[in-house]
Amino acid sequence: MHHRLLNCNYFDAMFLWIIKRDLLLAVRRRSDVLITLFFFVIVVSLFPLSVGPEMNLLRTMAPGVVWVAALLASMLSLNRMFSSDYQDGTLEQMLISPQSLPLLVLGKTLAHWLVTGLPLVLMAPVLGIQYDLPSDALFVLVISLLIGTPVLSLIGAIGAALTLGLRGGGVLVSLLVLPLYIPILIFGSGAVEANMAGVDFAAHLSLIGAFFFVSLVFAPWVTAWSLRVSLE
Amino acid sequence: MLSIGYNRKLLSYPFIPIVLQGIKVACVRGDRELFKDINFSLGTGGLLQVRGPNGSGKTSLLRMMCGLSLPASGEICWDGVSIGTLNEEYFARTTYIGHLGGVKDDLTVTENLCISSAMAGSEISSDDASKVLNTIGLGGREHLPVKVLSQGQRRRVALARLLVCNTTLWILDEPFVALDVAAVQLLREILERHLQQNGMVVMTTHQEIDINASSITQLQLF
Repeated sequence: MHHRLLNCNYFDAMFLWIIKRDLLLAVRRRSDVLITLFFFVIVVSLFPLSVGPEMNLLRTMAPGVVWVAALLASMLSLNRMFSSDYQDGTLEQMLISPQSLPLLVLGKTLAHWLVTGLPLVLMAPVLGIQYDLPSDALFVLVISLLIGTPVLSLIGAIGAALTLGLRGGGVLVSLLVLPLYIPILIFGSGAVEANMAGVDFAAHLSLIGAFFFVSLVFAPWVTAWSLRVSLE
Repeated sequence: MLSIGYNRKLLSYPFIPIVLQGIKVACVRGDRELFKDINFSLGTGGLLQVRGPNGSGKTSLLRMMCGLSLPASGEICWDGVSIGTLNEEYFARTTYIGHLGGVKDDLTVTENLCISSAMAGSEISSDDASKVLNTIGLGGREHLPVKVLSQGQRRRVALARLLVCNTTLWILDEPFVALDVAAVQLLREILERHLQQNGMVVMTTHQEIDINASSITQLQLF
């Protein structure tokens, strides 16, 4: 019992180590992080510029545009999730580490979200202003992104692990993962639309929350398994 | 003492405290069979040298010994139990240093050592890290990012892990590549000390390097 307890603390420590390491690497390679964020900002800003100042049209399309842009931005960063660790042999070391691999994967996914998902969430209200979204709709947008973007990272990790080391992996990962993102897209933008239509949006958010918990429980295991297959 | 859970195959061999054993191991890459029916046995204090020309499957065999890939047929056992069923328990007792050192370019030498040893299950303080780095000849470069180091120095960063780990079995793929004379000598001493302390080493090398060990086994692949 004592032994298990010790191990438990130890695993927690490793979980924090891996997050710290990935954040440190992100700080050293700021450009990678900024590219994702700028992509998001530019894509979202292109629509008001092309549609012109038609407030009603912009308001209607805002939730969809922001969510699609968030989806594409998170897709853009998926490749980097494991590829650098794969190229320098660190991933091999993770697979044969006495630590639990799903836990390491979860740590890496969390770090990935902190670096690529969280900035999108924080940036969304600023971008929403371009679409003349009312403040309560902006609030719902942020909440839906806050629950939804971790799901994108968790599911994306599976795709990234499966396409590791393949030629054209970048395109393949989009084909694999985008269909799985569709439910999140529907309920994410649906929540904001419901709010603007004056309908209750809690159901939409609950569904995204359910997706979040299901993927939180299963995705790290599937990703760990996929990594073992990819590296064999 | 042998417990009931142990594989019965062990009983037909003389009792050795811990042993890494390969039974009729085969490797298939694509549709080509690299090797088959490879048998080996390595006891405490023993060194197993895997030899063979390029492409004969040395690295593939080493990756199987680490548990990174599965043999196409046959079995690799640690202490009589197949390593495929031991997993974390086995990983906690092995250190693998492959062609790719597992060294991150963007991190400093110290950060690399601290993180890789934490991942391998033995956290160290940065004081310990700088002592180890001094020993391995990287003193004064602790805070440089690895990307500015030379090939040989990167290799030293990877090998520094051997000095902080407390694992029994070391699996080393071409450990002497890119090292200068002094570093080769140093690594030889590290390996000999590990073997004297009842450690086990599996390695591939093309260089003729004599290492003193109580038992040296050669495994030739074709």
